[in-house]
Amino acid sequence: MPLTPVIRFGDARCELREGESVLDGLLRQGVPVAHACRAGSCGSCMLRAVEGEIPAAAQAGLKDSWKAGGYFLACICRPEGPLTVAEAGSDARVAATISSLGKLAADVLRVGLTCTAQFPYRAGQYLTLIRDSGLARSYSIASLPEEAELELHVRLIPGGRMSGWLAHEARLGDKVVLQGPSGECFYVSGREDQPVVLIGTGTGLAPLRGIVRDALRAGHRGPLRLFHGARTVDGLYLREELAALAAAHANFTYVPTVLDGDGAAGVDVGPIDRIVAGQLPGLGGWRGFVCGDPALVQNLKRKLFLSGMALNDICADAFLPAAL
Amino acid sequence: MPNCNLPTLYDQLGGAAAVEAAVDNFYRRVLNDDRVAGYFDGVDMDRQRVKQKAFLTMAFGGPHNYTGKDMRNGHAHLVSRGLNDSHVDAIIELLGATLRDMGVAENLIQQVAAIAESTRNDVLCR
Ligand SMILES: Cc1cc2nc3c(=O)[nH]c(=O)nc-3n(C[C@H](O)[C@H](O)[C@H](O)COP(=O)(O)OP(=O)(O)OC[C@H]3O[C@@H](n4cnc5c(N)ncnc54)[C@H](O)[C@@H]3O)c2cc1C
Ligand code: FES
Repeated sequence: MPLTPVIRFGDARCELREGESVLDGLLRQGVPVAHACRAGSCGSCMLRAVEGEIPAAAQAGLKDSWKAGGYFLACICRPEGPLTVAEAGSDARVAATISSLGKLAADVLRVGLTCTAQFPYRAGQYLTLIRDSGLARSYSIASLPEEAELELHVRLIPGGRMSGWLAHEARLGDKVVLQGPSGECFYVSGREDQPVVLIGTGTGLAPLRGIVRDALRAGHRGPLRLFHGARTVDGLYLREELAALAAAHANFTYVPTVLDGDGAAGVDVGPIDRIVAGQLPGLGGWRGFVCGDPALVQNLKRKLFLSGMALNDICADAFLPAAL
Repeated sequence: MPNCNLPTLYDQLGGAAAVEAAVDNFYRRVLNDDRVAGYFDGVDMDRQRVKQKAFLTMAFGGPHNYTGKDMRNGHAHLVSRGLNDSHVDAIIELLGATLRDMGVAENLIQQVAAIAESTRNDVLCR
């Protein structure tokens, strides 16, 4: 008889079925566990094991202090034996209030959050935003840790449950929960002369804005080339801020690009991967950051690698939509 | 017991550092080669890099846990997509080109090719 591991969560108890993850099993029992990607990448479904053995695979990518604390990702956890689990604790979750809400472009919101406790992060990492309904979505952080407000750039998706709520219903002072941060897309000092290219489309600019400012602040001396792509000029946002940053730092260049347009002053027209390849034909020795649309991220990662960039020098965050 | 006085092939090539130095070069050649690149479409590049390192470690005569069964399991879905001898030939050729690029001596390249060759039937699930 094959063993069916029993999972306990508070008063709930569930016997996992063949091939089921801890997340699947708990959701089947009606236990509300926050989740989004269901693929072990977003960090939303993180739980803490109180008792029992967690398979190593369910902790892949988590930072060491979380691993040591028994944290694991429920969506990729298929335990061999019984487990007693609990919600992520205050060391991984903090309460926050929406402290500002504005528009950066027709379909891009700026969401400012003020945390009620410390939420240490690196510029460019992402967090899970959890509404009181339990709905969870990942967003990249556009601010720097020492700034008072934590800043997110959220693209309004038609019918989007989180982005639609933020655009139409959320009010200043509303309470949310932040979990995380996660992700490896951030500036690491030690190679201050290395040339760096940062490429993002749409709200893929959010983490890149954080990374560029972090690098400049850390005294990066090598070239920093930021390419931001949008479908049309209306989708380019923060143009003035980035142009001003470029004017203030000789090693930073900002290249706004659009897919459709007539080449109005200062904007390159065409697919962003071709614009990058045209301006930076050889990338041996460079470091690269690529964020935004998943298909574009995958394509660019391959192109940067084939242009000579070492795979370990490429940091990429694909903004995967939540699985239903 | 291997003869303790003779360095192994893996040692002569430079061990783990040589694998690390070769992996991007080799993987880039694979993705640039129309004969084999199609089999790598849509795969996660970081995970693939880890697999390429394991393959190179084995081919360099280094420590590995590959079994014939792993080779078969890992390639069965590619064989069903048409993987055949010509693709194995291409991989061995690209492996040689990588090593030549790194300045490795021809007799060592032949030994690496022979190890890669020894996996041919398992890779092709024969
Ligand atoms: C690591 C990571 C970082 C992320 N960072 C950001 C960020 O900084 N800014 C940001 O805006 N988003 C980011 N995302 C995406 C974000 O998590 C949500 O997926 C997105 O905001 C949509 O959520 P929603 O609840 O509004 O829409 P949902 O209710 O989840 O989706 C509504 C419908 O729209 C579809 N849909 C979802 N996304 C898209 C899309 N991009 N294009 C077309 N259709 C879509 C869905 O399939 C569904 O049918 C990130 C995702 C990941 C994994
Ligand atoms: S990591 Fe589990 S839902 Fe995203």
